[in-house]
Amino acid sequence: MNTPIRRLGFVVAALFCSVLLAASYIQVLQAKSLNNRPGNTRIINAGYKIERGSILVDGKAIATSRKSNDKYVYERQYTNGSLYAPVTGYSSLVYGNGGGLEGAENEVLTGTSDSLFYRRLVDVVTGKPKQGANLELTINPKIQQAAAQALGNRRGAVVALDPKTGAVLAMVTSPSYDPNNLASHDTEAVTKTWTQMNAAANQPMVNRTIGGTLYPPGSTFKLVTSAAALESGNYSNSSTLPGPATLRLPQTTHSLPNDDGRACGPNDETSLLHALEVSCNTAYAQLGMDLGQDKLASQAKKFGFGDVMRVPMRVTPSTFPTQLNEPQTAMSAIGQYDVRVTPLQIAMISATIANGGNQMQPYLVKNVVDSDLDVIKSTDPKVRAKPISGQTADSLTEMMEAVVNNGTGKQAAVPGVQVAGKTGTAQGDTKNAADLWFTGFAPANDPKIALAIVLENGGDQGVEALAGSVAAPAARQIFEAAVR
Amino acid sequence: MSLGLTRTTSGTKRGTELFLLGFAVVVVLFAYASVGLAIDGTMPADIMTLGIGLGVLALVFHLVVRIVASYADPVLLPTATLLNGLGLVMIHRIDVARGRDIMEGAALRQLMWSTIAVGAAITLLFLIRDHRKLRRYTFTFAAAGLALLMMPMLPFIGMNINGNRIWIHIGPLSFQPSEVAKILLTIFFASYLVQTRDALSLVGKRFLGFPLPRARDMGPIMFAWLMSLAVLVFEKDLGTSLLFFGLFVAMLYVATERRSWVAIGLILFFTGCYVAYLLFANFQNRVALWLDPFTPGQSDQVARSLMGLAFGGITGTGLGRGYPTFNYSEANSDFIMSSFGEEIGLAGIMAMIVLFAIIVERGLRIGIACRDGFGKLLATGLAFSVCLQCFVVLGGITRVIPLTGLTTPFLSAGGSSLLANWAIIALLLRISDQARRPSVAETDPTRGSDDTQVVKVR
Repeated sequence: MNTPIRRLGFVVAALFCSVLLAASYIQVLQAKSLNNRPGNTRIINAGYKIERGSILVDGKAIATSRKSNDKYVYERQYTNGSLYAPVTGYSSLVYGNGGGLEGAENEVLTGTSDSLFYRRLVDVVTGKPKQGANLELTINPKIQQAAAQALGNRRGAVVALDPKTGAVLAMVTSPSYDPNNLASHDTEAVTKTWTQMNAAANQPMVNRTIGGTLYPPGSTFKLVTSAAALESGNYSNSSTLPGPATLRLPQTTHSLPNDDGRACGPNDETSLLHALEVSCNTAYAQLGMDLGQDKLASQAKKFGFGDVMRVPMRVTPSTFPTQLNEPQTAMSAIGQYDVRVTPLQIAMISATIANGGNQMQPYLVKNVVDSDLDVIKSTDPKVRAKPISGQTADSLTEMMEAVVNNGTGKQAAVPGVQVAGKTGTAQGDTKNAADLWFTGFAPANDPKIALAIVLENGGDQGVEALAGSVAAPAARQIFEAAVR
Repeated sequence: MSLGLTRTTSGTKRGTELFLLGFAVVVVLFAYASVGLAIDGTMPADIMTLGIGLGVLALVFHLVVRIVASYADPVLLPTATLLNGLGLVMIHRIDVARGRDIMEGAALRQLMWSTIAVGAAITLLFLIRDHRKLRRYTFTFAAAGLALLMMPMLPFIGMNINGNRIWIHIGPLSFQPSEVAKILLTIFFASYLVQTRDALSLVGKRFLGFPLPRARDMGPIMFAWLMSLAVLVFEKDLGTSLLFFGLFVAMLYVATERRSWVAIGLILFFTGCYVAYLLFANFQNRVALWLDPFTPGQSDQVARSLMGLAFGGITGTGLGRGYPTFNYSEANSDFIMSSFGEEIGLAGIMAMIVLFAIIVERGLRIGIACRDGFGKLLATGLAFSVCLQCFVVLGGITRVIPLTGLTTPFLSAGGSSLLANWAIIALLLRISDQARRPSVAETDPTRGSDDTQVVKVR
């Protein structure tokens, strides 16, 4: 009977090994995805047992953990909650960590990130209690405040970048919400607030600068079309373009008018520079058809369309449509049809032009610091791409200066400082009102800030309002805060 | 017997056992201290009491083994002690998490049952001085085993817990009779198969080059199969059913050395499972939960246990620092291993699974070394029953197979399980004592009449 007993031994070994393998699979390979499952109460509870790191703006905490008197040990507190909500997000007992850095940098804030491994080891050896690391942000509180004031209680978004580094100086969406209402340990009230906010038509929890329903860029996209033209080598900013009052679009009975119903220059002709200055639809529609959809698409791609970026929150990729016929190409060239963008993408286009053609990787976290504010890790500015040459950038700067000095963007001008910019009025899917844009940078010769501002549904001035009279003055307020 | 497996040991090895026992007690005390330190930040006040209690219990058992089974296997007792002790610590830890104090907690009851179980095992060692005498009661054991197995189906005393009717209830005591039935039936199988193995293994025709047994020899396996099906159908207990049938097929194979029995057994088993799956919603739910533990609207028991295991990761949260109570009320019974997985991590449960493997491996070794056929089969059967039980419950937690309710040997809170598993240890110790006793005993004319001395060695 010994042979079958030995064989049975192999069966025993196989049974135990299958369990060991399955346990290894669950506890090692599957662990991360199981831990990240929504509704994993262990992770949420564990998060409250350790002191979560603070989020700092200019040395002051905008999110911090305070001892609470209940079983959860710590409670999250936000200063100026609704101003910074799109940046911080929320840390909630019921809904976990999300909506911003609380979610995207959760592992650093709880101290469980792999990059903090050695520090954790030191803490274990020295017997320090587990503690999360703090985040120092790139946000400039003055600009953030000015951006929020510029939006007021209109729906919209502002994102401002340092064109030379990619640092995000301001990230504001309106309406916003107070994350303190989600961080509360009164779970019933939190559930109620959450349900209300998610059902609200004005979507206060959506960070409009990087996500949500993307916007049609309108005439701000003419910067991309201009870049494509200049990069092709066949155009300079003094090249002559046709600029009639209306342009018959091929293959349709439809014709495209200019906003003011007039031709863009004498003899129905204009230059590239002047076409941007007055935001000439007919000139750009024709230019787009002449360049062709491939050149437009490839220029957009170079600027970052279609790429998933993380700041470290995930940025929804902006899109340029494919398989266009001629009239669709014409409409896309002026930022209509199916072109959809995030305000961050538009701000990055201005920032690239401002930075001589070098596009910097946008980032929100300047430093990861420990509780003694010693820097653990700092972000080095990185060139993300080079979508345009320095020469193209100079030409575009010149054109954008003309927009502010003589064209549609006059109201963005700041006395004593040269501003460069571009307005945009975009008819969205809802035919009721337009989204109003301004993007630009200042000072033009030594840029400190590049921004994009969008006001949904015509801001508060209804259908007739144009970007120049609504978005441009709002942008001016932000520029003033930044350069003064 | 010339394979060097049985004569590698010389002497009684009682010193080894004592040393390992001391080690086991120390590990348990460390675990206990670690729970206290994690939860209150203080050394538990009663750690000395526990240490002395556990130490005395182990020492008494050790001394008994010295006296009545001095050549017994030296690893079994320490391994079982370690597992039992760790189980106690986890049950205590879950009591603390639930805010129960020591008097009303499950840990004290478990400690009491551990003492009773160890006492019972000691008594067994005293009572059964020669395991072969068990053969005299072959059919008594069979009858008792079957009766116990069927008891939960009776009205009044049978109890339905979580859809499984595997408990009996008399007064304040609830008892899982299948645990004890497991041992009685193993003794019966061993005894019966030793008698009939020649007929079962030698007679028969070949079919497609495969030796098939005669129809009338199919009787026993069909009977075992029907019994398992009855347990499955009437008690809704897939685990126990699988355990009994698997055990019977394994012992049949060992007794007859014919693989055809395994094939027949597997076919019957899977047929039974498939039919049960078609007929009972209970099984369909379990299978659905096995394939996707996160199915909305279903029990999230497995899902929570998986998240606990993942939360523990490789090294675990540390005892007292996880959330094992999130695994519902089974955190200290069916799911006790996921509580361990959460708090001592993959590294910890790997070590614990290896402890189970050691018990099974020692059991099989005892089977190989044993000189009589009955002892061989009994040791093999007992060892394999521990293995199957571990596989059914641990495989259920780790999603190798659908989850079925069975207790984890030595760990789960519950008296019947402890009693049964300590009895298995006592029986294995008894058989191993006989197996390892120097060969002088073989020439002893009073023992030499065994017809099972014929052992095939290849």
